[in-house]
Amino acid sequence: MTAPSTMIELKSVSHAYDTKAGPLPVLDALDMQVPENSFCAVVGPSGCGKSTLTRLVSGLMKPNEGEVWLHDQLVKSPRPTVGMAFQNPVLLEWRTIMDNILLPLEIVKHSLTKAEARDRALHLLELVGLQGFENKRPSELSGGMRQRASLCRSIIHKPDVLILDEPFGALDAFTREDLWCTMHDLRAEEPFTGLLITHDLRESVFLADQVIVMSGRPAHAQYVLDVDLQGKRTLDDLYTPKAAEMLATLREQIQIAQGRTAPAEAAE
Amino acid sequence: MTDTARKIVAPFVFIIGILALWEWAVWYNDLPDFRMASPTDLIPRYIRFWDLFLEKSWETLWRTVVGLGLAVIVGTLIGMIMGFSRFAREGLYPILVGFNAIPKATVVPIVALMFVGQHDFNTILIAYMISFFPIAVSVSIGLSTLEPEYRDILRSLGASNFTIFWKIALPKTLPEFFGALKVAVTLAFIGTNLMEIVSPHGRGLGDLFDSGRISGDYPLMFAVLFAMAALGILLFYFVVALERIFAGWAERSPT
Repeated sequence: MTAPSTMIELKSVSHAYDTKAGPLPVLDALDMQVPENSFCAVVGPSGCGKSTLTRLVSGLMKPNEGEVWLHDQLVKSPRPTVGMAFQNPVLLEWRTIMDNILLPLEIVKHSLTKAEARDRALHLLELVGLQGFENKRPSELSGGMRQRASLCRSIIHKPDVLILDEPFGALDAFTREDLWCTMHDLRAEEPFTGLLITHDLRESVFLADQVIVMSGRPAHAQYVLDVDLQGKRTLDDLYTPKAAEMLATLREQIQIAQGRTAPAEAAE
Repeated sequence: MTDTARKIVAPFVFIIGILALWEWAVWYNDLPDFRMASPTDLIPRYIRFWDLFLEKSWETLWRTVVGLGLAVIVGTLIGMIMGFSRFAREGLYPILVGFNAIPKATVVPIVALMFVGQHDFNTILIAYMISFFPIAVSVSIGLSTLEPEYRDILRSLGASNFTIFWKIALPKTLPEFFGALKVAVTLAFIGTNLMEIVSPHGRGLGDLFDSGRISGDYPLMFAVLFAMAALGILLFYFVVALERIFAGWAERSPT
């Protein structure tokens, strides 16, 4: 088997926002690589530019310096091969759940017939546990259910890259863990490359193949953790010594990023 | 009582109650017609002038609706410009407020002079001028407060600005738009009658009101007021019906 090609690549990306007090640099020479069909989680202190990262990868913004590549193509503008989901599920209240999920297919060119698109949507709804809700309005759904519907919408057009900006952040702990398992089910069903922004270290370890810890602002990739969990993951994997060790490492790195603990080398 | 039955019965109960109270008050205080006409005085006027009431109501109604239609088109356009461009919003806002602050009764004679003899056009113009403001403001607020995520879900797929407007911004603004339209519909009605009464030209319910005034037929004046109220209610609930159809999703079921 050949090594998987790189799907997302950032080459020395720097970005600053214009504010009243002058330019505010958020990203500083950020490098990262995400192999095809793998899942990468990005963690870091608040305000370190994680959401900026999602906007750069999705092409909604262009970096001041450096390059963003998706599948060997330089990202200059948004592209239909990307799916996005946010912390706010942003469902359109005037559409049924079915019509919400089909929304990307109204924008993106595709070869599905109407019936095929509907079947695919129904299949995705079943995968996330929302069968029977296709004709409901978003206002009739709970927060967790809305987020599930939002996930279906983000992958209905079979994107190569799925960008998740803290999609589970506003949910209660049990719903969140439930959705983590749903994410694994979705990935098993149809492969995509995932980029997950999160504040939850357990979430990053459970979902990702690699976890990138961003430094404080202006951020670069401070630490990369390869999550070494074999086979199909279950929530029990989070309570093994191996997971505890990884979580401890991430915690330590976050503290360094927050500037609370000096790195061990620097202390010597 | 079912919900539908209550919605139909309740207004009638109140209308009849209020009319009865009025009738009693006039009778009890023994008021002459020129002080206060009683509801039973109005019925002979409706019977006698029924054809005139139909004709004049129609004149008032169609001119109000055309004025309102104009207000919807222009108001939405101005609202769109202000909603999408901050520069335009900050520039246009004081002008709109100033224009809205001018009492339209003072504009009537000016318009009547500007377009001498074009009575229908003048009346429509006043109805339009008095009613476009709430529409422009609500559309601009609806568009300018669109959460960026809504834009991003379509923009990240490469959708054009027009697609984003058509699929997201426009439907999302509909509840605000209809809220404003409910205000505008009664305003437009006021505009039409203002023109008909301040600058009499022999058309509309305002003209009928004026002839009642000139001939000292006080019950007729009251009868016209009731006809105006009936038209206002008719137009208002027409807008409510449109709202149900196009923005019914915004109505939460009472739970």
